[in-house]
Order: sequence, then structure tokens, then C-alpha cells
Amino acid sequence: MADDAIRLHYTVPGDDFTRAGEASADLKSRLKKLGLPPTAIRKVSIALYEGEINLAIHAHGGDIDVEITDDEVRMTLSDDGPGIPDISLAMSEGWSTAPDEVRSLGFGAGMGLPNMKKYSDEFDIQSAVGVGTTVKMAVRTT
Amino acid sequence: MTISQIIEILNAELLTPDADCTREVHAACGSDMMSDVLAYVKDQAVLLTGLNNPQVVRTADMMDMVCIVFVRGKQPDDMILRLANARGIAVMTTDMTMFTACGLLYEQGLRGGVG
Repeated sequence: MADDAIRLHYTVPGDDFTRAGEASADLKSRLKKLGLPPTAIRKVSIALYEGEINLAIHAHGGDIDVEITDDEVRMTLSDDGPGIPDISLAMSEGWSTAPDEVRSLGFGAGMGLPNMKKYSDEFDIQSAVGVGTTVKMAVRTT
Repeated sequence: MTISQIIEILNAELLTPDADCTREVHAACGSDMMSDVLAYVKDQAVLLTGLNNPQVVRTADMMDMVCIVFVRGKQPDDMILRLANARGIAVMTTDMTMFTACGLLYEQGLRGGVG
């Protein structure tokens, strides 16, 4: 962990879907001000936005910790939601447990986790049923 | 194709009067599923959708999209328009269906981009 890293923390509410995305928008704005490459900013933004949506939809909210170093943006999303019984199934494109209400909002197509992995240079997910889920993602910026 | 041309082709109403309609649009994406939109990166794209909630603007923002077209006469509320204004995204509404709107833009040379 670099000593000169910028660290940010966000709390994602689980009861207000309209607010999901505020953390991603804030981080995107900060990364732009730091002058990071646009491609890297877009990858971070999309990966984190999908993560935020997942926290709001599936986990009743959660926490996001971000660490920005000279060569990468590292994001940790953690929740104490219901957990994922079968991670490999959850990582399949098109597989989703989202209710119809969520689908009517434009999500729950089973692309969230695949998109998070697709746009990350490093991706790790750990989950235990009844305990919660932790997703770690990193995007290189150099 | 510019945003002004899109307004003309779709006979659309611009809902963000301060938007820069001279901006060029290079690709288009039509979907009501935001995760599908997020799966395909395009530069300076327009998003056509029948979905009407703030996540449409947030999705467009994350993708660096410059324009949102609400089809089938959908009227976004003030919160959506405020979000779009703050991000410099042009928003318009057209009475056309998704199929017709996409078809007309395609006919005029706009394409789907990578993906």
C-alpha cells in the first residue's frame, strides 16, 4: 500500500435506488481532476457503477473503499447482504436473481458482475451465504 | 452527425436548452437495459431508450455519452434533466418508437460502434 495514496470511502444506501451511482459519479469527477487517462477513468466508472447497483439491488447497501496510487485505482466493495450461493453461476452473462421490479428499472439482466470483471484489470470476489460479499477490483492507470 | 441533426431526423423536442447541439455524435445504442448499454463502449455516442429514470443519465455519464433520446414520447422529470444538465448531456424526447428512431438514424449513416 503506497503511503501517498489517496483514499476515499463511500456508503451506498440500500433503500434508495435513485441514489445508486452517486459514488461512481463522484469518483469519476475526482479522477478527471487528477488527470488520469480517459480510458482508465471509464473502466473505473463502469466497474464501480455496476458494483454500486449490485449493492443497492442485492445487498441492501454496503461500503466502497477506493485507493488511488500512482499506477492504479483499487476498489473494495463490501456488504453484509445475503451472499452468493454459487459465484461461478453469478459470473455467467445473463444469469440474474433480480426481481421484476429491478428489471423494470433497467438492471438485473445478468451483466453486472461480468461487466465488473470485464472492465477491471484485477477482479476478485469472495462471498458467504448469510455473511456477505466482498469484491475487489483494480484498474491500471499507466 | 450532430445533435442538431438528430433532433431534426427524429422530429424531437430538446429538453436541455443549454446543451451544445453542435457536438458530433459518432455512434448510437438503443436499449432499455442499462447493463447492456454498459457492456459496449462507444465514443461520443447517443443513447436511445424507453426507460425513464435517473439511472439512464448515470449510465450515459459513465459511458461519456453526449446525448439521450427518450422514445415513445417519454417525458423525463426535473431530477433527470438536472442530472443531465450538470453533466452537459443533451436530452430530447421523440414520439417515435425505438425501432423507427434507430432505423432513421441508421439510414442517415449513424452506426452502432464497437461491440
